[in-house]
Amino acid sequence: MLTPGRYFISGNIAVAEAALLAGCRFYSGYPITPSSEIMEHMAARMEKEGGVFIQTEDEISAIAAAIGAGMTGTKAMTATSGPGFSLMQENIGYAAMTETPVVIVDVMRGGPSTGQVTIVAQGDVMQARFGSHGDYENIVLAANSVQELVDLTIKAFNLSVIFRNPVILLSDAELARMIEKVEIPKNIEVYDFNQIKIPDVPEFKPLGNGHKLAITGLTHDERGYPITTDVNVHRRLVTRLVNKIKNNESMISDVEIINPDAKNIIVSYGISSRAAYPILKKRKDVGLFRPRTLWPFPESKAKDVFEDKNIITVEMNLRGYDLEVERVARKYGSKNFKHLKLIGGEVPTPKHILDALEVN
Amino acid sequence: MEFFEFYRKDRWPHQFCPGCGLGTIMNGLYKAFNDLKMDINKTVFVSGIGCTGRVPGYINADSVHTTHGRPIAFATGIKLARPDLNVVVISGDGDLFAIGGNHIIHAARRNIDIKVIAVNNATYGLTGGQLAPTTPHNMVTTTSPYGNKEHPFALAELVAAAGANYVARWTTAHPNQLVNSIKTALTIPGFTFVEVVSQCPVNFGRRNKMSDPVYHLRWIKEHSIPLSKVTFDLKSPFDFMDINFKGIYTVGEFVKRDRPPYGKSIEYENNVLRPPKE
Repeated sequence: MLTPGRYFISGNIAVAEAALLAGCRFYSGYPITPSSEIMEHMAARMEKEGGVFIQTEDEISAIAAAIGAGMTGTKAMTATSGPGFSLMQENIGYAAMTETPVVIVDVMRGGPSTGQVTIVAQGDVMQARFGSHGDYENIVLAANSVQELVDLTIKAFNLSVIFRNPVILLSDAELARMIEKVEIPKNIEVYDFNQIKIPDVPEFKPLGNGHKLAITGLTHDERGYPITTDVNVHRRLVTRLVNKIKNNESMISDVEIINPDAKNIIVSYGISSRAAYPILKKRKDVGLFRPRTLWPFPESKAKDVFEDKNIITVEMNLRGYDLEVERVARKYGSKNFKHLKLIGGEVPTPKHILDALEVN
Repeated sequence: MEFFEFYRKDRWPHQFCPGCGLGTIMNGLYKAFNDLKMDINKTVFVSGIGCTGRVPGYINADSVHTTHGRPIAFATGIKLARPDLNVVVISGDGDLFAIGGNHIIHAARRNIDIKVIAVNNATYGLTGGQLAPTTPHNMVTTTSPYGNKEHPFALAELVAAAGANYVARWTTAHPNQLVNSIKTALTIPGFTFVEVVSQCPVNFGRRNKMSDPVYHLRWIKEHSIPLSKVTFDLKSPFDFMDINFKGIYTVGEFVKRDRPPYGKSIEYENNVLRPPKE
């Protein structure tokens, strides 16, 4: 494992090493550009740390094996990119329904379909939240530097065991290969199963310890027995699954806010938010709202920032986070919206944002 | 172990139709565990979706009812994370060989130490009797109302070819042989597989003039021949491909071998699989 200190590593290696630091001891995956280095690095490192690494036959079994390992009380992870992430969606819903902790890293590339294999995009933002069928809540994190990939990978494991929920970390093709300075702190906050008690989150019991667990993706009661035709059982279960995330939004959400009183607020996340910093240095009338936790939407932090502002969203997709930003910002009295949207692999530059700010 | 120590009494009665073959199979499973005196607290039962997928939910042990087609993939994760546990997959033919076909051949190839009991009732029972990849040629289902145009999969042969350590096929008309095979499968290390041909009088038999379970069971018995009769000669009436296409089941133990299971094969690879030195 990485000892505390400074390192010069790429985003994909950072994710793999941070996962080991967070206590990940099971990795299953299927090779896909641009996430393959995470898997290659795990193959080299996991067994030395006493964990399990397996290359599965497809992404469906990669997530299934990770969930299976999660059920035994092992911190498990898989990493993929767009097409593989689509294949995983059914089992992400299963993990939410059975309340199994698992971490999924989605290294975003240009879509739809096979799309732009090696090119950066942010088109999976809505899929990460709404990809599986039915009512459920995901926790979705997005990093904008290699250092943040380390911090958020560890945070993803912590949140997944605290809330017994799948957690998705969004990286992208640019961050994956970007080499930056990373600082591993001396004290890393790592939580274990059942370490923190949250209302609406039942105690985690692992398989194989004589608990006689009944686990099912069907609507079930507190014993785990399937009861699929009772209105109240379904309502009670699914409402609790949604509320355990929704009601704890202020505890989960993590937002970088700069110049909150400025008239113009840039809302951005991930790689595209890096274009905002040079502008913030020069212009005092521009502020930044950058969620590290995309979902649940950090509404508790948005309240004060979004009050009667000109909002400009910057992201690399045609329809994405702007929909939710606009919904929330309108609620707090903002009326002017601009959406800077770049696809095809062009990463936003400060000039893009400045030009968009000029146009009224 | 009493019957209701093995099964959850508070979930009884089970949901299966009258005349279903799963009763025989559940009884056989209990008998095998009872005879072997296996610790069910150290066993995880995994299943997918379907009638058979509901069986582990009735067992008084850890049971995981997963998504459609994926029990083998979940079982792989469970077994690798907790190698000390016995992992038993019980699921149907559609779940394991149609939607989940990819996982079972790769698990057999890896020879991962999980035990699979595949119940082959030749149809999708839970959804109302649709065409399965195991439905015999010309038989009628709701999605093949003029008879099945396709030929069925030979499940046991497929798994044997993929590399499993133990493969057997029996029917619900062979309960004693079935129990013995389940016992063997549970004790041999590596990937082991028992196929059970079972009757579905309600959703399959009814549309093929076998709505009487006893008649259905007799049909299965008459359409099963011992493995010793099978030939790989196209001119013979017992050619492997031909009898499979006719919906005749060969029964017996197909494979019993001692390939090192997944994770224990490093020594074996060093000795055998390394290319010869120049």
